[in-house]
Amino acid sequence: MENDAVIAFNEGSLNLLAAAPEAVLAIGSLALLMIGVFRQNVAGAQLVHWLTVGLLCFAGIVAYVGGVDTQYAFNGVFVSDGVSRFAKLFIFFGTAVTLILSRAYLLRANLMIFEFPVLVALAALGMSMMVSSADLIALYMGLELQSLSLYVLASFRRDSVRSTEAGLKYFVLGALSSGLLLFGMSFVYGAAVSTEFTRIAEVMALGERNVGMVIGLAFILAGLAFKISAAPFHMWTPDVYEGAPTPVTAFFATAPKMAAAVLMVRVLYDGFGPEAIPDWQQIVAFLAAASMLVGSIAAIGQTDIKRLMAYSSIGHMGFALVGMAAGTEAGARSVLVYLAIYMIMNLGVFAYILTMRRNGMAMTKIGDLAGLWQRDGFSALCLTILMFSLAGIPPLAGFWAKFYTFGAAVEAGLIWLLVIATVAAVISAFYYLRLIKIMVFDEAADEFDSPMGGEFRIVLGVSAAVMLFFVVGGLGITGMAENAAMIYAR
Amino acid sequence: MNSEGFLLNLILWLPLFGGLVLLWMGGGREAERMAARRWSLGITVVTFLLSLVLFLGFEPTATGFQFVTDIDWLAGLKYKLGVDGISILFVLLTTGIMPLVILASWDVDKRVAQYLAAFLILETLMIGVFVSLDLFLFYLFFEAGLIPMFIIIGVWGGGRRVYASFKFFLYTLLGSILMLIAMLWMANHTGTTDIEALLDWRFPSEPFEVMGIEITAGAQTLLWFAFFASFAVKMPMWPVHTWLPDAHVEAPTAGSVVLAAILLKLGGYGFLRFNLPMFPVASDQLATFVFALSVIAIVYTSLVALMQEDMKKLIAYSSVAHMGFVTMGIFAANQQGVDGAIFQMISHGFISGALFLSVGVIYDRMHTREIAAYGGLVTRMPVYATVFLLFTMANVGLPGTSGFVGEFLTMMGAFKANTFIAFVAATGVILSAGYALWLYRRVVFGVVTNPALEKIEDMTTREIVTIAPLVVATLYFGIDASAMIDVFSPAVSDLLQNYHAAVGAPADLLIQPGGGAVVESAASGSGH
Repeated sequence: MENDAVIAFNEGSLNLLAAAPEAVLAIGSLALLMIGVFRQNVAGAQLVHWLTVGLLCFAGIVAYVGGVDTQYAFNGVFVSDGVSRFAKLFIFFGTAVTLILSRAYLLRANLMIFEFPVLVALAALGMSMMVSSADLIALYMGLELQSLSLYVLASFRRDSVRSTEAGLKYFVLGALSSGLLLFGMSFVYGAAVSTEFTRIAEVMALGERNVGMVIGLAFILAGLAFKISAAPFHMWTPDVYEGAPTPVTAFFATAPKMAAAVLMVRVLYDGFGPEAIPDWQQIVAFLAAASMLVGSIAAIGQTDIKRLMAYSSIGHMGFALVGMAAGTEAGARSVLVYLAIYMIMNLGVFAYILTMRRNGMAMTKIGDLAGLWQRDGFSALCLTILMFSLAGIPPLAGFWAKFYTFGAAVEAGLIWLLVIATVAAVISAFYYLRLIKIMVFDEAADEFDSPMGGEFRIVLGVSAAVMLFFVVGGLGITGMAENAAMIYAR
Repeated sequence: MNSEGFLLNLILWLPLFGGLVLLWMGGGREAERMAARRWSLGITVVTFLLSLVLFLGFEPTATGFQFVTDIDWLAGLKYKLGVDGISILFVLLTTGIMPLVILASWDVDKRVAQYLAAFLILETLMIGVFVSLDLFLFYLFFEAGLIPMFIIIGVWGGGRRVYASFKFFLYTLLGSILMLIAMLWMANHTGTTDIEALLDWRFPSEPFEVMGIEITAGAQTLLWFAFFASFAVKMPMWPVHTWLPDAHVEAPTAGSVVLAAILLKLGGYGFLRFNLPMFPVASDQLATFVFALSVIAIVYTSLVALMQEDMKKLIAYSSVAHMGFVTMGIFAANQQGVDGAIFQMISHGFISGALFLSVGVIYDRMHTREIAAYGGLVTRMPVYATVFLLFTMANVGLPGTSGFVGEFLTMMGAFKANTFIAFVAATGVILSAGYALWLYRRVVFGVVTNPALEKIEDMTTREIVTIAPLVVATLYFGIDASAMIDVFSPAVSDLLQNYHAAVGAPADLLIQPGGGAVVESAASGSGH
């Protein structure tokens, strides 16, 4: 096999070129930190802000031109391939968009300080290391870099009780999940005598199941389920989403989800290998079923749109896990497509949530959207499209996301899981419809402050347009995901 | 894409284009509103004329699909369109009803441009259902139609519009997602999503057990039920019909017309396109089950209709009863039954559409649908009384109107398949005469008791123009029924030939449901 030859050639060498996007981000964010330190005023912070956006875009381009062939770096603990490239592209650009969206908020809240963009860049670096990890230790390093940055970002409004509470809660539960993860890893190391994914997969392929390996697998899955906020490890999500500053919530709901889901694919598909599918499929299927049901049922009673989006993200992670549970090439492809579409939808929705202000105060109640159609036709139309898409109604992109995951699950014979998914999809359609009802059917509430910044309008419009025109040919997303997932072809 | 395929594409996408232009134009001032109305009327009329051209080019004696477009599309699916004898009439029905729908909403003043745009977009989605030849393309159109209808009911509906729109949406969605899973299974099993190829595919029908329950026709039964869940809700069949009266009552007149005349036909079309030809063994075994539901629908909803105080609700229940004849005819699986079912669907499109238009005429004047508020209309509105009488009679199934042909043929088909069922269904005809004539007597005859009726005006020219084509169609096809039957009957006999080849016995031997010998001969091998 040609692929094996490439691996053999690269293994045992540094091969820094494979980690070029990470190198760009790491060096760039350190340089930005320096710029920030020496220019400690709002203008300096704004400069750092824009430079970070540029840096992320540049890193995205570097990741894109890096190609899809599989390359290992750092003696085989770091892998650059189609899947990681796909994930990085969306992580970097998604992060850049959230940074652009957060500018107005930061300026208003007197939070325009240079640490914010640098922390976001470091989180993106952590995420990109996560999706490229080929070793348990590398995985942990990436995950912690990401998580530590996110803890700080959650409590970024230091003078706000809610924000600090959110940060602390996130930190405590995140630390717990990291502990679970490390605990599981130590079991796996004990059983496989290696932390490298390829070695673990080889041990799994031998066919004999060491009890330690299975326990390790279960604990690692529990730890990762915390990170993607899959039920029953989801309890932190609504509180953190609600308490964190809104731009940070927008960030939480997008790029880190992609990173954690792809990381999970890496661990399950690369790390434990195809032989282990029967060992983890039931666990992932259970996480999927629980998340879909919790996400859809608990969201019904919400009145705060940030909390609602938190439950919505729990539900969506459940749907993504349905595809992941398949354990096949189609499963990997469906996760990539799902998360990409999910990210774009969420960016659009949060772009609007960030503009919901009345008399300078941020509004986050669902009722504040009442009669939006009469007040602001463009935004109402875009949000309606996004809500139908989140509900998974064809021909919008959200339907295609579900189409791919359901297809992968059917191929793997997980019909019972799909029956649960059906029920959950209908329940969740109810609360998305309720939002549409409030926006379109109800009488108009008071106007929001105007005008809405151009960047919000563009992000909202582009995101709705992607939902609408995805049906034409997948807008290149499906093709890229198909190429990326080819590494799991059997 | 050949030039013939281009015509079908044009018919399909023209209304959507018109709708998007309307959304773009907006409609604030009165001149803009009038322009919006004229624009949408023009678009729908042009679409109808184009579909007439399509019909003239259609070769009714040939079986199989014509005007085919076949292009590769997303995710290994195909963008494949085409019409056969069954679907072309539904396309004509859709394009023919839509100009009347636009005319009927001439007086709507609330957000006119968006209102008309929703109908135009809906037209594309409905035509799409009838012409798609790819499983998922069909699903896409089938499901997407929920969005404009949800908004039409929710924004322009009556008092309980929110309740009705949610009920409509969620009921239909639940059925549809089950169908989606079945479609994914089929695509995975056969490796194709081309409906034309799937029509020739023999899906496995070996029995197996699920949790101790024996599934007698195996995978076919499960697939059959998944599709049935979706189409039965859409149809709607008893006992999942309860969304329909709510949706009808709350929808604006034009919305009710589209719902009754076209959207209800999607379910019947689905049965004919998927359940019957693709899962023949399961259809054969479950025919009695469908008969039972159909007969309950015919008798029970007719009785319910008798007791309604709201005119729209009464007609909605009568629609459920008439759709009972359709399902009965389809699963009788003989030439008369299926021919009758298709005829009944098209004719019900005219009649129920016209009935809802008639209710709309007096609702616009009186702003109430309560039967008790009317009486003695004949003295003030003679033209209206005549038109309403015609459609009441057509609804009853009086010979000479198209309503008779459909009911008669479906009952004849059912008689051949199951005499007892046909006997019970026949009582439905009597009951329908009961509620329809009683409604007519209470609204049109009698003395004027409501003082507000003293000044009511007869139908305007616009209203007469709106309803006149339906009068002509109902009478013409009531007399010259073969003009319509000849279009679809070659396609139907082809369908039934394949059906009986799969089931393994001619129709007349299938009276006993679940006959063991029949099942055994059909269970030979899957896929060929």
